Amino acid sequence: MTDDTKVLDLIAQQDYEYGFVSDIESDTFAVGLSEDVIHRIVDRKCEPKFMLEWRLKAYRHWLTLQEPRWANLRFKPIDYQGISYYSSPKSMKDRPKSLDEVDPKLLETYRKLGIPLHEQQKLAGVAVDAIFDSVSVATTFKDQLAKAGVIFCPFSEALKEYPELIKQYLGTVVPYRDNFFAALNAAVFSDGSFVYIPKGVHCPMELSTYFRINAANTGQFERTLIIAEEGSYVSYLEGCTAPMRDENQLHAAVVELIALDHAQIKYATVQNWYLGDEQGRGGIYNFVTKRGVCRGAYSKIAWTQVETGSAITWKYPSVILRGDHSVGEFYSVALTRHYQQADTGTKMVHLGNHTRSHIMSKGISAGHGQNTYRGLVRVAPNAVGVRNYTQCDSMLIGDQCAAYTFPCIECKQQAHLEHEASIAKIGEEQLFYCQQRGLDSENAIAMMVNGFCKPVFDKLPMEFAVEAFKLLEVSLEGAVG
Amino acid sequence: MLEIRDLTVAIDGESTPILKGLNLSINSGKVHAIMGPNGSGKSTLSHVLAGHTGYSVLQGSIQFMGQDLLVLAPEERAILGIFLAFQYPVAIPGINNMYFLKEACNRIRQGRHEKSLDAVDFLAQVRTHLKQIGLDESFLKRSLNDGFSGGEKKSNEILQMLMLQPKLAILDETDSGLDIDALQAISKVINQQRTPQRSWLLVTHYQRLLSYIQPDYVHILYKGRIVKTGDHNLALRLEKEGYGWLQAEATHTVEGHD
Ligand SMILES: Nc1ncnc2c1ncn2[C@@H]1O[C@H](COP(=O)(O)OP(=O)(O)O)[C@@H](O)[C@H]1O
Ligand SMILES: [Mg+2]
Repeated sequence: MTDDTKVLDLIAQQDYEYGFVSDIESDTFAVGLSEDVIHRIVDRKCEPKFMLEWRLKAYRHWLTLQEPRWANLRFKPIDYQGISYYSSPKSMKDRPKSLDEVDPKLLETYRKLGIPLHEQQKLAGVAVDAIFDSVSVATTFKDQLAKAGVIFCPFSEALKEYPELIKQYLGTVVPYRDNFFAALNAAVFSDGSFVYIPKGVHCPMELSTYFRINAANTGQFERTLIIAEEGSYVSYLEGCTAPMRDENQLHAAVVELIALDHAQIKYATVQNWYLGDEQGRGGIYNFVTKRGVCRGAYSKIAWTQVETGSAITWKYPSVILRGDHSVGEFYSVALTRHYQQADTGTKMVHLGNHTRSHIMSKGISAGHGQNTYRGLVRVAPNAVGVRNYTQCDSMLIGDQCAAYTFPCIECKQQAHLEHEASIAKIGEEQLFYCQQRGLDSENAIAMMVNGFCKPVFDKLPMEFAVEAFKLLEVSLEGAVG
Repeated sequence: MLEIRDLTVAIDGESTPILKGLNLSINSGKVHAIMGPNGSGKSTLSHVLAGHTGYSVLQGSIQFMGQDLLVLAPEERAILGIFLAFQYPVAIPGINNMYFLKEACNRIRQGRHEKSLDAVDFLAQVRTHLKQIGLDESFLKRSLNDGFSGGEKKSNEILQMLMLQPKLAILDETDSGLDIDALQAISKVINQQRTPQRSWLLVTHYQRLLSYIQPDYVHILYKGRIVKTGDHNLALRLEKEGYGWLQAEATHTVEGHD
């Protein structure tokens, strides 16, 4: 094996920085799933009655479903009875009223994660809701947001404070009947974030949630619901990490977005769950259902995702373009290395007239990584003036990895649809060429990857674009030299 | 400046050598041409000088400006002043040509403890050189070598060379694929770039290049060794007679040496 092959092989073998376990006492249910567990979750969280009914319906429906296996993913069967469906840090039993009341150990955890909550209060602009295992821990900036009329709080709190809003919207975009994992999530989700932007309000700051799985053998099932009323605007970012463990852990989240007339929602994800080790042991199974509906005319929903973690990623953030002239966007960078597998993409469903969508997917595979883009553009038979532009690029680093694309179009009438795809390979020859021009192999790879991803990073809020680039650079640097 | 002794090289992982005890020394300011039939090892020699890791050096040494070249990484050699214009420059889709040029330029300047070029100076220099080799500015906006014609690739290599200011420029069949106008333009810049501090290793099949750029020495690389060294007349003889006559001589000629 030559040095360059080694470089290529070692790329992406960088240690997972976030793989520490916090030594925090937690209140965790015994493993297993039954109606009783759902009753206990509802009790523990003092949820209103309609939730219990909804969850039980979801659970009973879930029992009739099979785990989906159509994706281009290979994984060992998941033992759903071997997972604990609720875990909350003990000290959270009496929920803190402010940051000062938050367990210092938790705060330390967040500091290690690079989210200094205290500092973020000073740094103008980002309100953070942090979800630790299944429970929302602290939300900053609440007061300032309240002044603007914006609601940004843990889902559990929203259930108590705004049950009517939840009742009106929950499950309207992703019904529990949608798929296996959506049903499971509806049955057992324990927390998440809730955002409500009133009519005409431009949310005064970026909203942000950090998720972390800490306890062993727990699944994380959070649920996010964002409602943007007429003419409002919100930009939202979620980040996630998990400790390194030899066994796989399940994460099955649901995100629902609703944009009314002229409303705009930007939803960005920097997903960095633990990916497993070089042999492919451990890592998070990430089965996520994310969907937005552009209900109103001229509304807009944009998904941006930077997916660098998880052993398995199964995720298709989608937009239902119901309102005339509404716009859906999907910008994605997905990196797979070691033995990671990602099957990700989007669905753009054009129901309204003059609806437009733009898809840009950048898949990077290194090591033994497998990267699949799966996309669907569907145009309803009576929708006129529909446009879609899809660009789907893959980059292969080394020769053990793979990339696949499955773009799919369902359209029976006149529409303007464009598709472009490319594949670039970074091999020894490209590396040598760069080195001959004075760049070391790390510079060279960083430069090539950055150039490749830049169009997507440009869509992220500034401070996160920097973070995303660093994350990718760190992931790809590997143990060179 | 460059001292190659008894260089024996095989493809990494194989045992039959391609270069078999090659000797060559190059002094500052000199132009050496290397000619030889296809497969005689010219590109192998160029790659090994630049530090390509696909080969293993089984025997011999290379000294460059008093340093052991073989222990240095390719980028370190580039910083020391070795530049290779590739016979087949590889395409890197998605990397902007100008961005790459600027990165390379500043990495190398940094390595040589020179000040980085700011955007204005950089652009001014690039524009001058583009004109010299007859390239359009739109050329800079494209992806590196991606979809370039054969001639464009070769011209781009020369553009990089002009920006990186090497001490030893190795041009591996740069003339192949260039049309007459481009060949003349590039020969002219090379002649302008001949200084007492800069040496050249021109790999070529055609004496035509050598009629534009007068070499100080012409070597014939044959079956992994330099079997003959002479001046421009040697190139003319090869043009007339081909390589056949070497077979007879190769058996009893001591390899060329300066
Ligand atoms: N990567 C490689 N793998 C296998 N054989 C190679 C490789 N590179 C060069 N060779 C062989 O080595 C010999 C010399 O090649 P090369 O140096 O490219 O010759 P030249 O440039 O003089 O035409 C040829 O026989 C060629 O086939
Ligand atoms: Mg050659």
